[in-house]
Amino acid sequence: MKIVQIDKDKWETGLQKLAETYRLFGPVPENDFHNFKELDRKQLPDLSCLNTRLSPKSVIYPQTEVMFEYSLDENQEDHHILKEVDKKYAPQAIIGIRPCDAKALALVKLNFDTPEYQDPYWLKAYEATTLVGLACESPCNSCFCTSAGCGPYHEEELDLLMIDSGDQYWAKVITDKGETFLAAAGWTHTLDEKKALKEIEAKKQAAESKISSTVITDKLRETETNALYNAPFWEEVSFSCINCGTCTYVCPTCWCFDIQDENYGSSGCRMRNWDSCMYPLFTAHGSGHNPRNTKLHRVRQRFMHKLKYYVDKYDTGIQCVGCGRCVRLCPVNIDIRRVCELMNSYAAAADACEV
Amino acid sequence: MPYPVRIDHITVETEDKNLKTFRFVFLNPEDEEKFSYRAGQFAELSVTGKGEIPIGIASSPSEKGFVMFTVNKVGLVSSYLHAMKEGDIMGVRGPLGNWYPWEKMEGKNVVIIGGGFAFTTLRSSIIYMLDPENRPKFKDIHVIYGARTPGMLLYWDELIEWEKRDDINMHITVDGTDDPNWKYNTGFVPTITEQKAPPGGDDTFALVCGPPIMIKFTQPVLDKLDYSHDRIIMSLENRMKCGIGMCGRCNIGKEFVCKDGPVFTLEELNKTPREY
Repeated sequence: MKIVQIDKDKWETGLQKLAETYRLFGPVPENDFHNFKELDRKQLPDLSCLNTRLSPKSVIYPQTEVMFEYSLDENQEDHHILKEVDKKYAPQAIIGIRPCDAKALALVKLNFDTPEYQDPYWLKAYEATTLVGLACESPCNSCFCTSAGCGPYHEEELDLLMIDSGDQYWAKVITDKGETFLAAAGWTHTLDEKKALKEIEAKKQAAESKISSTVITDKLRETETNALYNAPFWEEVSFSCINCGTCTYVCPTCWCFDIQDENYGSSGCRMRNWDSCMYPLFTAHGSGHNPRNTKLHRVRQRFMHKLKYYVDKYDTGIQCVGCGRCVRLCPVNIDIRRVCELMNSYAAAADACEV
Repeated sequence: MPYPVRIDHITVETEDKNLKTFRFVFLNPEDEEKFSYRAGQFAELSVTGKGEIPIGIASSPSEKGFVMFTVNKVGLVSSYLHAMKEGDIMGVRGPLGNWYPWEKMEGKNVVIIGGGFAFTTLRSSIIYMLDPENRPKFKDIHVIYGARTPGMLLYWDELIEWEKRDDINMHITVDGTDDPNWKYNTGFVPTITEQKAPPGGDDTFALVCGPPIMIKFTQPVLDKLDYSHDRIIMSLENRMKCGIGMCGRCNIGKEFVCKDGPVFTLEELNKTPREY
C-alpha cells in the first residue's frame, strides 16, 4: 500500500492543478457551521471542521434533480413525450469527506444499484466521484461509528485516506482513482511504507479510543419483525417527535425521494427531490387512506427501516454509520443510540421469556 | 422512462362515472414488445405535466395491439386523466412488480375473489386463463365478484359473456339492488364466497383483491373452507413513486410492494407489519 506525503505548503498549488480536471468539493464555513460546497477557484476546503452540518450526499445525490423534459405545446411534434435531459458527469472529487460519510455511500448503493434496476443518475455521479477522505483525529462526543460498522480511519468507499500529520498530510492510496488524483495534483513524494503504516496504526488506535459512545446491534437480526414492530416503547419514543424531518435530511444514509412534474408555461420537467418518511404525505393514498397515518407509525418506520428492515434485507449490518448528526440536530433530543438499545434489548428480553 | 402512448379508446365503466377504462396504443410499435407483461403486474401511467400513478394492468398478455387500465378518479393525476380525450398523448412506464404465480397454479383450481374496482388485474387473469392456449393448463375456474350495485360492476359485457360459458363458474353479486330483474346473487362477497367457493386443499388457489373490509371478512371464510395461507394470493396497493424499489415509501416491513410485490401470499403478509 502506497503512502504519499503532501506538504501543506504544496496543498494550494496541488488543488489548483486539480481544479483543471476535477470539480472540487470540500467543507466550507456557512453561517456558524460548515457544509460541503463546490470550491471556487483558489478557495480552500476548511479541513479544521470536525463534521459538516449536512452530509456530502448531495454531491452525488442532489436534493433536487431534473430527470426528463417535455413540451406541452401541441404545435410541437413531440409534445407530451418525455425526453432525457443531457447531463454531464465530469470527474469530481470530495475533499475531506469523513470515513463515516464515505461508508454511507456503500449502504446507499445497495438501494440504487440492484440486480434488477440501476439508478443511472446516482450511479453515474458516484462513478465520476473521487473520494478523498480525511481521518478523524478527535471525533465528536456523539459519534458512534466504531460500533456502527465504521470508524475514524475506516477506508471503505474511499479512494484516498488523508491523515493529518502536522506540516503534512499523509495520503494512503486505496484505489486507482486515488492514485490518478494524486498524480493530477503533482503529489508524488512516497513515504517509507512500513514505518508510515506503523505510525498510522498508532494514530488510528488513539482516535478509536476517543469514541466512547456505542450501539449494540447483535440481536436485531434474529428478532422477529412483528415483535419489534409491536413493541410497547414506540409510543414513548415517538411522543416528543414533531415530524420535522431534520434527521432524514442530515442523514448520509437516507435516500428516499419524491417525483414531481414542474411546468413553466408550455414546457416543463419531471424531477426528483429528497423526501422523508417523517411526512404524512409520503405514504398517503389517493383515497385518503394512509397506512402510516400517525407520527408513531412514521417514527417507527424510520428506526425499523434503519435497524431492522435494512438489516434483514441486505444482511450487511445496520443502515447507519454512526455520524451522530441526527443525535446532535434533533430538536427534541430523540437519540438513535437509545432507540437501538431499546430494540436490541427488547429482543434479548423476548428471548429470555421464551426460555 | 415512460413509453409514449396515444389514448385509443375510453370507456366509462360505472354508473357514478368515477371509473374509466383507458386503452392505449404505443406510439412506437417496438415498445409494445418491450412492454411484455404477465397478469398481475402494474405500470406507472405518466400524464405529462402532472405526474405518474401506479395502476394494475387490466388487459391480458394474450390481447395484442394495446394495453388497458381502469382508473378510479381520486387525486391530481387521475382526475386530470379522466378529463383527457381519445387521441391525447401520454406515457406508460413498466411493466412493474411481480405477477400471480401462474406456474404454481398450473393444473390447479383457481378461485378469483374480487370486490369493487379491485377487479382490474383479475380481469387480466381471467382473459389470460380463458385464452384457448392457456385454458387447458387450469382445472376449474370460479369467479366471485361483487360491487355495491349492478351499475358499479366493472366490465359488465364481459361478465355476462363469461356467465354464458361452461368453462368458468361465475358468481356475480351486489350488496343490494332494487332492480326486480336482477338475476344474479345478492349479498356481500364473503357470504357468497362461503356459499359458492369450492373447498380449499392442495389443488386450489384463491386470488383475492378488494377493499380492506372485504379482505378482512373473506379471510375467516377461506380459513373455514380450508385454504392454506400459502394458497391465498393477494395483490396490494400503496402509494408509489418510482415503482422499482428505490424511493422508499411503499414498503411493508422489508418488502417493497412495488418490486417484491404487489402480489404476496397471505403467508408472506403474515410476517410483515401489513402497513397497507
